[in-house]
Amino acid sequence: MNWQRTITIARTDLRQLVLAKDFWLPMTILGSIFFVIVPTILLLGISSLGDVGAVQQMSETLSLLPERVQEQIRGDTPQGRTSYALAVYLFAPMAVVVPLTISTAVGAATLVGERERGTGEFLAHSPASTREIYLGKLLASLAPGYVTTMVGFGAYSLIVNLIVGPQVGGWFFPTAQWWLLMLWVLPGFLLIGLSLVLRMSGKVRSTAAAQQASGLITLPLIAIAYAQASGALYGSAKTTILIGAATWAIGLYSTARGMGSVKRQRLLGVADGI
Amino acid sequence: MGGARQGTHHQPELLVPPAAASFADDHLVTSNLSLPAAVSLRAVGKSFGDTPALRDLDLNAPAGKITVLLGPNGAGKTTAVRVMTGAMSLDQGSVRTLGHDPERHGESIRSACGVVSAKPALYDRLSGTDNLEYSARLHGLTGSAMSTSIAMAAGRFGIDHALHSQVGGYSTGMKTRLALARSVLHDPRLLLFDEPTSGLDPESAQAVLALIREMTDEGRTVVMCTHHLVEAEGLADHVVVLDDGTDLVAGDPASLVREYWPDDLVDLSIVSTPSPLADLSFISGVRNVHPTAEGAQVVVDDHSVIPDIVEALVKAGARIGRVTPREPTLEELYFAVRRTARDLGEGRMSVEVSR
Repeated sequence: MNWQRTITIARTDLRQLVLAKDFWLPMTILGSIFFVIVPTILLLGISSLGDVGAVQQMSETLSLLPERVQEQIRGDTPQGRTSYALAVYLFAPMAVVVPLTISTAVGAATLVGERERGTGEFLAHSPASTREIYLGKLLASLAPGYVTTMVGFGAYSLIVNLIVGPQVGGWFFPTAQWWLLMLWVLPGFLLIGLSLVLRMSGKVRSTAAAQQASGLITLPLIAIAYAQASGALYGSAKTTILIGAATWAIGLYSTARGMGSVKRQRLLGVADGI
Repeated sequence: MGGARQGTHHQPELLVPPAAASFADDHLVTSNLSLPAAVSLRAVGKSFGDTPALRDLDLNAPAGKITVLLGPNGAGKTTAVRVMTGAMSLDQGSVRTLGHDPERHGESIRSACGVVSAKPALYDRLSGTDNLEYSARLHGLTGSAMSTSIAMAAGRFGIDHALHSQVGGYSTGMKTRLALARSVLHDPRLLLFDEPTSGLDPESAQAVLALIREMTDEGRTVVMCTHHLVEAEGLADHVVVLDDGTDLVAGDPASLVREYWPDDLVDLSIVSTPSPLADLSFISGVRNVHPTAEGAQVVVDDHSVIPDIVEALVKAGARIGRVTPREPTLEELYFAVRRTARDLGEGRMSVEVSR
């Protein structure tokens, strides 16, 4: 295993993505919608509405949350508590949806794309092993989604602190649970999703087929990740750590299996069944 | 096997002499190559589903020489190159590239090979420099060694002026030059070129072929696939004619031609109406006379008999337009070999010769 080659493959793929305006423009728009535009409109709306019936109702709904969670919700007014709860709990799944969507889009095209463009021939004749190629592609697919999410998360943190912070006694976000979610749980989920998508990308006939099939893989995964991410935020730190450990274990196992699934001659587009 | 001899009787334009038929009859395979083989394929078979791509293929590429794989589309040339580096696995047979089995030592073999595939396999979004750096880094080059290597390779193939441009904007010729430059960055011992002049104008193709020749002058081994027979004519030290996934003949071009046509040939262009050709067969040294559209093709022991032929024709009242002593070309050899192979049906005609 030559990590230099793996990094070279990943870096070259990322460089191509950076140069592909048709990729990063939609990616930026997607991140902006989820992390900036929707939260800003929603939180500003609640803050400016004042103590109206809708906000009262939402505030009362918070009483249905577990007691431990209720204790963590800050704010003295109904809109303050509602804004805090939305900022901390409602948008949690977005942190999963955005990176999985972006990384899956990149990952689905990565191996089959080499074959379609004819560059798979270059990789197949190169000294890079199939493991190095697989891991390089995995890193190159993981990075755009994760980096976009972290940048979006930074923007989101700034927005909620500026809008909600004054109502709940100052800057409060990210909470400890959010740090665990972003740095521990999320990469594990990305690893699971991408390891599956890359295996498929190495086997299908076209990028279009890969995109279609990746939807079948990622939609259930997004649903699971949505539930687990919410659970991680609602639960204790210990629960979050355990959820993260489980996702990492599954992700690493799936990656190890995936490394063995890439066949050199599939890069050439002439393997049986291709 | 008798089919080969029968085939010799109905070749209107170009003869398939008895020598070729005897090759087929004997299934003669001689491995008297004077140089060690850089690449050796033995009884290699490879199928894609039910479609065989290689069938019992034997092939040697002598070290330090240019070996040209000749054959029509679908003959198995590209697949043969792919199994040489281990990019493709075998169904049967064995391959030795630079002395090693590509399936077991693929990484070290591919590190010592430079490959230019039929499509240049370049990353269009990246610049020329990026493409070269990618390959260099995969081969372990970094820092100043990489920069020097890139500058030298790009300069050698005349692509240095365009290195900072995006490859998507390159012409076909520029892409080929960049792919060639990429193939030599890591100073490989073995170069595998699959149709390297495909899509190039004649001038660019000539330049590329000259550069390929330079490669062997530096001690490298080159294996090149082409169906452009004219290219192979001047370039090949060793040719292997492939068809339908198997080798038909192999050897150095001059020896193959001589083995195929042991006697000299003379083309006659005769203007006169009465046919004087029957008289020629009585001349000492004339072995055979075959009428052609323009006159005749005469098989002779050697070209010294030409004055006698001319004298006989003049005496018979013929008006001679042209007398051309001729060495058969590689192109003629290629077509003759393929015709013979067809006449043999599925019979294999495997020949390897060298002087």
